Amino acid sequence: MLELTPNEYKERKALRINPAKTCQPVGAMYAALGIYECMPHSHGSQGCCSYHRTFLTRHFKDPVMATTSSFTEGSSVFGGGSNLKTAVKNIFEIYKPRVIAVHTTCLSETIGDDIPTIIGQLENVPEGKYVIHTNTPSYVGSHITGYSNMVKSMVKYFSKNTGVSNGKICVIPGFVNPGDMREIKRILKQMGVPFIMFPDTSGVLDSPMTGKFEMYPKGGATVEEMQDAGNSSCVLGLGETAVSAAARLLGKQCKIKEHILGLPIGIEATDDFILKLTEITGKPVPEEIEEERGQLVDIMIDAHPYYDKKTAAIYGDPDTVLGLAEFCFSLGMIPKFLITGTPDPSFEIKGKELFDKFGAKDGFVKHSADLFELHQRLKSDKVDLLIGGTHGKQIARAENIPFLRMGFPILDRYVHPYMPMVGYRGAMRILELLLNVLMDKREADAADEDFELVM
Amino acid sequence: MRQVAIYGKGGIGKSTTTQNLTAGLGEMGKKIMVVGCDPKADSTRLLLGGLAQKTVLDTLREEGEDIELDYIMKKGFANIRCVESGGPEPGVGCAGRGIITSIGMLEQLGAYEADLDYVFYDVLGDVVCGGFAMPIREGKAREIYIVASGELMAMYAANNISKGIQKYANTGGVRLGGIICNSRKVDGEKDLIRAFAKELGSQMIYFVPRDNLVQRAEINKKTVIDYDEKSAQAEEYRMLAKAIDGNDMFVIPQPMKQERLEQLMMEFGMAGI
Repeated sequence: MLELTPNEYKERKALRINPAKTCQPVGAMYAALGIYECMPHSHGSQGCCSYHRTFLTRHFKDPVMATTSSFTEGSSVFGGGSNLKTAVKNIFEIYKPRVIAVHTTCLSETIGDDIPTIIGQLENVPEGKYVIHTNTPSYVGSHITGYSNMVKSMVKYFSKNTGVSNGKICVIPGFVNPGDMREIKRILKQMGVPFIMFPDTSGVLDSPMTGKFEMYPKGGATVEEMQDAGNSSCVLGLGETAVSAAARLLGKQCKIKEHILGLPIGIEATDDFILKLTEITGKPVPEEIEEERGQLVDIMIDAHPYYDKKTAAIYGDPDTVLGLAEFCFSLGMIPKFLITGTPDPSFEIKGKELFDKFGAKDGFVKHSADLFELHQRLKSDKVDLLIGGTHGKQIARAENIPFLRMGFPILDRYVHPYMPMVGYRGAMRILELLLNVLMDKREADAADEDFELVM
Repeated sequence: MRQVAIYGKGGIGKSTTTQNLTAGLGEMGKKIMVVGCDPKADSTRLLLGGLAQKTVLDTLREEGEDIELDYIMKKGFANIRCVESGGPEPGVGCAGRGIITSIGMLEQLGAYEADLDYVFYDVLGDVVCGGFAMPIREGKAREIYIVASGELMAMYAANNISKGIQKYANTGGVRLGGIICNSRKVDGEKDLIRAFAKELGSQMIYFVPRDNLVQRAEINKKTVIDYDEKSAQAEEYRMLAKAIDGNDMFVIPQPMKQERLEQLMMEFGMAGI
């Protein structure tokens, strides 16, 4: 399918082919789904909303609910204010959410609709219900920017410091699956750390089949939790690109201490996460967590011959790629290419730091890049493993490289939203999947006499 | 920090007035940034001694998003920091979006963090779309001055702009600080603008008389204070600066109907004839 991709890479400025990102509202919509009883609202034309819902549904394999301002020709001339006002009235009447989380689109941004003013003019917001908003022009940043912006807005609209500490820590997870959010909560509970976490899409986008349709499944952070987040002893952001802005805002707005770490993917980053929790709370690491870590180390040693010195190319969202790359390095693998489509110069700095730390001299790291470029580079410098979302599958096929689906979006497999990649359990899962593709490939290529029963 | 937006009909002298006024404030020792919100990018020409400024949007287009504040901000007369937002060529793109982008860029680069006394936004023509209202949205410019003259169309535009201000005032907290009359020497001008401003619930904050010295200073790429500091017109601009610096009357304007506007014209414009 991609056999015609030319070998030679040429610098391109005005064209992205097979981008390694999607647009801001997708991220904003996903973040909004991490609020209990929240209706994400797309302020723009219907097509935008349909695309974002479809995109999320294809990854999570769960129906994603969202409403739209349904712009017409008239709205783009006169502004979308009246559409938004009517929409809010109808949504509260018909779908009865607790919160409507409005995000903008290219069209409403270009028109310059002033959402705070329109929200200020709303008359029919029922008592105890809320309309919040964030600006998400798709021509700026990526879905990670949109996620970051919406989480920031949750802080801006809700979090207050009332002066009475709640004795909890506030955890803001980066752009990860509900399975990861669930795992982060499990670790916090194991540690015995009282916490507030938002957004929290667990229980929303991985909700069980009960036989009954629920517009708002049980999961998600409540308004009260987001308000109370301001009374936390500190805030811990997990994912520097996706949530440091929100964590910093919460720190500044509510005068609490902020800590920012990368996503706890792999053994070292999870160590950092656990140690940070002990540093903040003074609690010791419980035996269950020690046990999980020990299991991970055991597996790493057992399977070592099958992944050692294997080279990899990793693409996707900045925090995820950096986490996966560090884990690969600590396994003894050699990540050669780190690519993100999200514009984020700090990605390159952190990528280079990783290469330096592990002595990988000719590692390649690039932000605002695309998969076409990655493909071209792979043609002259082949790797043993390709790691990323579904959009790399044609490259893997064309180059006959084993392909590990990790990150966002995964449109052609199941179960992944339910399972973690964070924490020691997540690292075990990554390692299992990674070994499966590498060992399947070895077997597929093996001559009969090398086709072993025991590996 | 006071953030001020200057609006008015196209060609009324917003840019000229803003630059001469800020020159006056600069002379008083105030720290000022002028942000030109006009695709023509001529809002800082007199302060910088020519169209010396690379616009934010040109810089964005050529250098990408990775730019430093020094690229887009130059210091001019009295150390006034000058920024031109710029915009697309006539006939293409969206200038309003351009202004949203440039102000976002300035914020991101920390242009507002310096210890400024004033930020002035010199905004193109009438309020034509959401983008041009950007400086008065989201708590940026809190006070607005409208430049007008005694001509009907200038007042018509001023009245329209007041409608825009009223819209944002109820939720955003922006207020009208007054009308600056940039005289065109029409009949009964001072009384007419004074009455017009009063009808809006505001004030004529200053009457700037017409003087050809302004034109000569413009030809020489200078503000009047810079070109001929001892002239009477330079003194006028100093007085305007003082009036604005000491202003404490900020209102939500009450725009009038077209009939009332024309009635006012009849009353004052034809008085004494």
